[in-house]
Amino acid sequence: MGLKKLGLLAALAALGIVAAASASTGSKQASNALVFGSSSDPVIIDGPLVSDGESLRVVDQIFQGLVGLKPGTTQIQPLLATSWTASANGLTWTFNLRGGVKFSDGTPFNAAAVCFNFNRWYDFPGPLQNSAVTYYWNTVFGGFAHPAAGSPGPDKSLYKGCKTKGSHLVQLLLNHRSSSFLGALALTNFGIASPTALVKYKADAGTVDANGVFHPTGTFGTQHPIGTGPYMLQSWQVGNKLEIDANPLYWGPKAKLQRIIFRPISDPAAQLQALQSGEIQGFDNVAPQDIATIKANSKLKVLDRPAFNVAYVGINQAIPPMNILKVRQAIAYGLDRATVASKFYAGRAQVATEFLPPSLNGYAGKGVPLYPFDPNKAKQLLQAAGQTLPVPIDFWYPTSVSRPYMPDPQRNAEAFAASLEQSGFKVTFHSAPWRPDYLAQVQSGKAEVYLLGWTGDFGDPADFDNVHFGAFNPQFGFHNTKLFNMLSKADQETNAAKRTKDYQQAEIYIMKFLPMVPYVHTKPALAFQKNVVGYVASPVALESFATVSYSK
Amino acid sequence: MLRFIVRRLFLLVPILLGVSLLVFVWIHLLPGSPAQALLGERATPQSIAQINHQFGLDKPLYVQYWRYLVETVGHLNLGTSIKTFRPVTFEIENRFPATVELALGAMAFALAVGIPLGFFAAKKYGSFFDHSSLIFSLLGISIPIFFLGLILKYIFAVRLGWLPSIGREDVLATRSHPTNFYILDAILNGDPGALWDTIKHLILPSIALGSIPLAIVTRITRAAVLDVQNEDYVRTARAKGLPPFQVDQRHVLRNALLPISTIIGLQTGLLLSGAVLTETVFAWPGVGSWLKDAIFDRDYPVLQGGIMFLAVVFVVVNLIVDISYAVINPRIRLS
Repeated sequence: MGLKKLGLLAALAALGIVAAASASTGSKQASNALVFGSSSDPVIIDGPLVSDGESLRVVDQIFQGLVGLKPGTTQIQPLLATSWTASANGLTWTFNLRGGVKFSDGTPFNAAAVCFNFNRWYDFPGPLQNSAVTYYWNTVFGGFAHPAAGSPGPDKSLYKGCKTKGSHLVQLLLNHRSSSFLGALALTNFGIASPTALVKYKADAGTVDANGVFHPTGTFGTQHPIGTGPYMLQSWQVGNKLEIDANPLYWGPKAKLQRIIFRPISDPAAQLQALQSGEIQGFDNVAPQDIATIKANSKLKVLDRPAFNVAYVGINQAIPPMNILKVRQAIAYGLDRATVASKFYAGRAQVATEFLPPSLNGYAGKGVPLYPFDPNKAKQLLQAAGQTLPVPIDFWYPTSVSRPYMPDPQRNAEAFAASLEQSGFKVTFHSAPWRPDYLAQVQSGKAEVYLLGWTGDFGDPADFDNVHFGAFNPQFGFHNTKLFNMLSKADQETNAAKRTKDYQQAEIYIMKFLPMVPYVHTKPALAFQKNVVGYVASPVALESFATVSYSK
Repeated sequence: MLRFIVRRLFLLVPILLGVSLLVFVWIHLLPGSPAQALLGERATPQSIAQINHQFGLDKPLYVQYWRYLVETVGHLNLGTSIKTFRPVTFEIENRFPATVELALGAMAFALAVGIPLGFFAAKKYGSFFDHSSLIFSLLGISIPIFFLGLILKYIFAVRLGWLPSIGREDVLATRSHPTNFYILDAILNGDPGALWDTIKHLILPSIALGSIPLAIVTRITRAAVLDVQNEDYVRTARAKGLPPFQVDQRHVLRNALLPISTIIGLQTGLLLSGAVLTETVFAWPGVGSWLKDAIFDRDYPVLQGGIMFLAVVFVVVNLIVDISYAVINPRIRLS
């Protein structure tokens, strides 16, 4: 009898919990705040020290560079500089700075602040010079004033110096011509931080332990990231949330929402459920298979990000017979790219005919060999190359990964293998977990034929073509001086029209030379509650929350 | 008792040395390197060599291990993450309380449901209820946690909107967390709203994670009660005319709790080492999901420091289990 009573009490208690829970639901939308589901915490809120998307998403709200991008495009527009000119030799760039701008700590933005930041980056201490930390400085500017062992020095640097000409005129001096320089300045990695805060909160101070790992001792990047952007850091509880508040000193139109909260949710299914339950109001990189679910929900919506990536089948010419052009052409004709694009991308991909995405200057469009799926042509080419059919190839694809340009690598690989086998090849599969196993195999030149891709960092063709084909790269295994020179010349050309033409020619040459076969450009997607308005998706994910609000 | 505790604590030294060596060898046997993990598609041979040089990864393994020991033991430093620059101790301080709360929540759920279920199943041995409880506990152990988690969230968060699906507290709340144990903080702050909010966030992950110990506790309780209720002293108690409730409470359940206490200890030890899937599905900021990320990032200092810490936790929890075993059953002597 007593035990029955006990059971009854337990049941009543459980009912009570459920009833109380139902009376008070989970966190719901506040009118002046937006919760965005990020896939992880930022690494640090200091632009030059990060290259991952979640760090940059926060950095984009707090810091601004000399130039910016027109929302939703890769078109350069004034930001902290209102105008600029390049000298005839392309080695001196003069920027007129915007007046009346203050950092969120109240200190003024001026030419001295610009030089302070550039010199800070150029003078980074040894532990911060590796590409994992200062990837964009390494990529764009290439050298440091005081290089640590193994780091590039001033002789490799594009940056030479910075001169102030009065309070609002600044000159950046370069060691050689580069046109991608201006496009790269639009990266918020090169956003200008308050010199006062950088010093006060010891941005670059730290110790190096016996394992060589840098441990920052300052608090600039964790508690006091001070920029000129529409938002400023309110609080950061690692693993839980990061809050930014509207910057009352912002020089431009004030942010429409007072607070943005970034909540780390690493699991895509959990992100979707949190959006459905109203606990978050948006998230990025929606899996293609979830798009139909979101579109079917009357309270949610999908936002497309313009295609700015490429998925490709890489070919390593260091592994015979991939050094034979006809074999590479046979692979290109043997890949049924149209079927893969239509079947595995939920309508969000277009077949790629060249390496650059169509939205980028330098995309050729015309004159590029197209390689439609043609098994007979592929077989003829293999025979003309003196190969005995079927030609064995080792085909690599990654597991445990979904990239915006390659959401389901295994199915892509299986479809390509089927079409290649129709075309005179005998495919042997190899797979490995994406990171770091698969990338280690491919990047060290051990994979013969493989799936890979690239998402652009900034709106410049050099970020695609020169990064991949501008110098010897073990994953492609070729030494082609003609191509290296073409791309170097194109990068140094300061006349925009000539530069575009140079890259168009390079694109045509690349598609004839076939270091890889591009197969899709895709449109990544964001998801939001339907009443969220004003978010402009950018091809390079440089997106501001300042214009976001709720519809009535 | 004190000698026993001190001896067990001394045993930590060889255990930790062994664990450190095993972990060191294991992570260096994995293909790929931190450089490739950090740089992803952007890695070049030069940048990989640069990073390997900076972190000393181009040195012989024994040199790297020695340096690691010097840093850990000599400077009492568990290391700093290669990826995030955050010290391992900072992450542990932040995340371990979340893991402890989740583990305790899961065990509380498993005990609150499992003990009565197992007890009544034994009392109604062979009945429909008994068979149902067995099937229920089997289901608990065989449904993958991530699937159960998603289903629970779909029902209670998405469809019904009763409970939150992610995190430890309402994201709009602005509360201080001096201990990082949110329930404790809410009690210390005398804030019933915060307490209820924290409990609400704990319910679904606790049920998902507790499904495994629930199944084990139910089955062990059932078996133990079946054993104990046929003992002579139980029959004697009944023959003396003791009310059935008192027999069950004082003689059956109390004696059946001994094997359950062992299971509780072992399971809690396991749960404290991090519930990777539950933490991932519920965006629960504990040590499990943190260490999972570190494996993919080949973040050597985090893996070494984090696993060393968990080894200490596991040993200490087992020590507590052994001590509690002696307290519950005075016939057992620790030696």
